[in-house]
Formats: sequence, structure tokens, C-alpha cells
Amino acid sequence: MVATLADEADLQAGFEATIARHDRLEPRDWMPEGYRRTLVRQIAQHAHSEIIGMQPEGAWIGRAPSLRRKAVLLAKVQDEAGHGLYLYSATETLGVSRDELTEMLIDGRQKYSSIFNYPTLSYADVGTIGWLVDGAAICNQVPLCRTSFGPYGRAMIRVCKEESFHQRQGFELLMTMMRGTEEQQAMVQESVDRFWWPALMMFGPPDADSPNTAQSMAWGIKTHTNDELRQKFVDMTVPQAARLGVTLPDPDLRWNPERGHHDFGQPDWEEFARVVKGHGPCNAQRVAHRRQAWEDGAWVREAATAYAARQEESA
Amino acid sequence: MTEPSTGPRAEWPLYEVFVRGNRGLNHVHVGSLHAADDRMALLHARDVYTRRNEGVSIWVVRSSAITASSPDEKSPLFDPSGDKVYRHPTFYDIPDDVPHI
Repeated sequence: MVATLADEADLQAGFEATIARHDRLEPRDWMPEGYRRTLVRQIAQHAHSEIIGMQPEGAWIGRAPSLRRKAVLLAKVQDEAGHGLYLYSATETLGVSRDELTEMLIDGRQKYSSIFNYPTLSYADVGTIGWLVDGAAICNQVPLCRTSFGPYGRAMIRVCKEESFHQRQGFELLMTMMRGTEEQQAMVQESVDRFWWPALMMFGPPDADSPNTAQSMAWGIKTHTNDELRQKFVDMTVPQAARLGVTLPDPDLRWNPERGHHDFGQPDWEEFARVVKGHGPCNAQRVAHRRQAWEDGAWVREAATAYAARQEESA
Repeated sequence: MTEPSTGPRAEWPLYEVFVRGNRGLNHVHVGSLHAADDRMALLHARDVYTRRNEGVSIWVVRSSAITASSPDEKSPLFDPSGDKVYRHPTFYDIPDDVPHI
């Protein structure tokens, strides 16, 4: 069916009216190609982040210091897999297949959050990831619950409900270590020093260098700019750091009573660009691991398919 | 499902998942997933959508088995109920002093 130009103008007007009403778009509604493309890129990147994000923490499951910590970490990593699946499902409603998405990830054609290209060097990193990385993710994701594309918003609602467990278990882990020996306290501080700047990078480049933000906000996909969310995260985190008894590695960080917000320094945006382009400490390892899991699992997928086909025949 | 492993790999079919949160409630659509067969779809649905006791019962159904109204026919399909205000209780004027109605 080929829409005439007049039809297309009507459809565009209908789409814009839906957005203006702050109503949601659903998969079978007409939408401009740019809107669809932006959503596919953003939701897929989000899904890939959840899946790749299993690796840095998964590395510590076998070395968790107690059965309790191991059970918690397992549950958390399993949640990340679940979050990836919710988001892949949302992406598929836009007409992309799951296999295509996986292949775009392992071929490097789609990206995931730069934060997961940093290594987890000590067990304290498990706590820091929960506190800072999941804390930053929550700041990003809570507003996305009201994004204009229905399936994405619904996936975000599920994710946010579960994310608060992630952040709290991380903070509790760090609090426990801060009550421990001097060596354990030093581990926490060292971990926070390493993750603070990469966590701030999770909100993306400064607004002045984020050309897509205006369009995404006009479409109701994003509701806050990168810098707004980063500020919110800093304001939220500073008192938590004080309570924990750690310092944040930023000499410019201080309360500004006139603004009613904290002033803070800028992350190294050149480092951010390098990591996004694939030259972070763990990019190659993360993608290679995902590729291997995908390839090693091929026989399982095929066997299950063959079994289902045989069951269907004999039924 | 006839060519499991030759040619372009066949993706497992898509299922829609419905969960009954508690006894007495309807099953509600919660999302979708891929599975090779019905049994696997049910197990995956448990793992993906009920990790925190979100349900007491799960339905899975192949997405291809669902018949849906099309967004294009939104008006013609739903218009017939649009002008029948007399189907709503507020259509009827009842004096304020009539009790329990």
C-alpha cells in the first residue's frame, strides 16, 4: 500500500497531535521514519547495555565472599538479563528481529553504555556499580517511564521497579565494607575514585554537544537533557557519599547556595569519545565474550527448534 | 519450523505473555518472548516476568495466533459506540431526592 502525499501529511498531523497530547504511540501506529530509527537505536543500545552489563558483575559471582552475597549478585545479574529481554521485546515491536539486534551488537554496528567497558578490579566494584552505576541508570530511566513510545515506557516501568533493589544492595555492600578494616575502607574509596567519572559520563555528552537531544525531546522520547540528569545525579549522590564516609574525586565539587545545586567538574570527554569508539579498557573483551556466548549457544537453539518440530509432527 | 538449521537461521517464534497477578484478577498482558515451543515459552515467561511473585497463573500464546483490530480502522470500528450516550448512567436525569440510585 503506497500512501499518497496527502495521506502522509494527514498521518504526520495525527502523529504530532498524539505527541502534543502527551499520549503514547503504539507499535502499529504510523510514525515518521526518523522517530522509528531513533527509537530503534536508543532502545537497542539500552538493551545491549543490560546484556553486556552482566559481564563486569558476573565476573565476581564465583568469588563472592559469602553465600548471601553470592545469592544477591546472582539475582542481580539475572535481573539484568531480564531487563535486556524486556527492552529487546520493545525494540522488536518496531520491526527489527532479535537475531538482527544480537548480530548488530557483536558486529559493532550498535553500541552499549560506555560504563561497561571499564573493568571490575575488586569486590568493592560490585557495590560501587550498584550504588553509582545503577544510581545513574535510575536517574536516566525514571523519566523514560513516561516516554512517548508505549512499549519502551512499559519496559522502563518494569526495569525501574527492580533497579531500586540493585542500588540498595550496592550501597549496603559498601556500608558493610566501610565498617570493616582500614584495608576494606581503602578498597571502597579506590573503587569510588575509579567509577565516579565514568558514572557521570553515562548521561552522555554535555547538552551543547548533543545534537539529537532537541529532536528527541520534541518527539517526547527524552524528557530531560543530559546535563539536567547529570546535575540531578550529583545532587542525589553527594549526601550519600558523605553518609558512606567516602570522598568523590572532584576538587570542583561544592554546594552552590545561589543555584541550589552542587557545582562540579567535567569528566574527560576525550576519554569518553575514545571508549565510545571502541578503545576503552574492555571493549574488545566484552564483545568477544558476547559473541562467544552467542556462537556456543547455537547448538542449543537449533536442538530446541528441532525438538519442537518433531513434537509438532508427532502430535 | 520446517527448516531448523539450514539456510538463514530460523528464529524461535514470538509469544505474548499474560499474567494473573492474584486470584480474582484478570490475566494481563505483560510482554513477549521467544521460545521454541509452548512449554519453553511458559518456563521462560516464569523466569522473565515473575521473578518476584508477580503472578499466580501464566498464559502464553503465539503472537501469530492473535487477531487484532487495525489502527487504520480505528474510527469505523469504534464509531458505532461513540454516539450512544444513553448507554451511560449519567444520561438519565433522576431527582436528587430519590435514594440509592
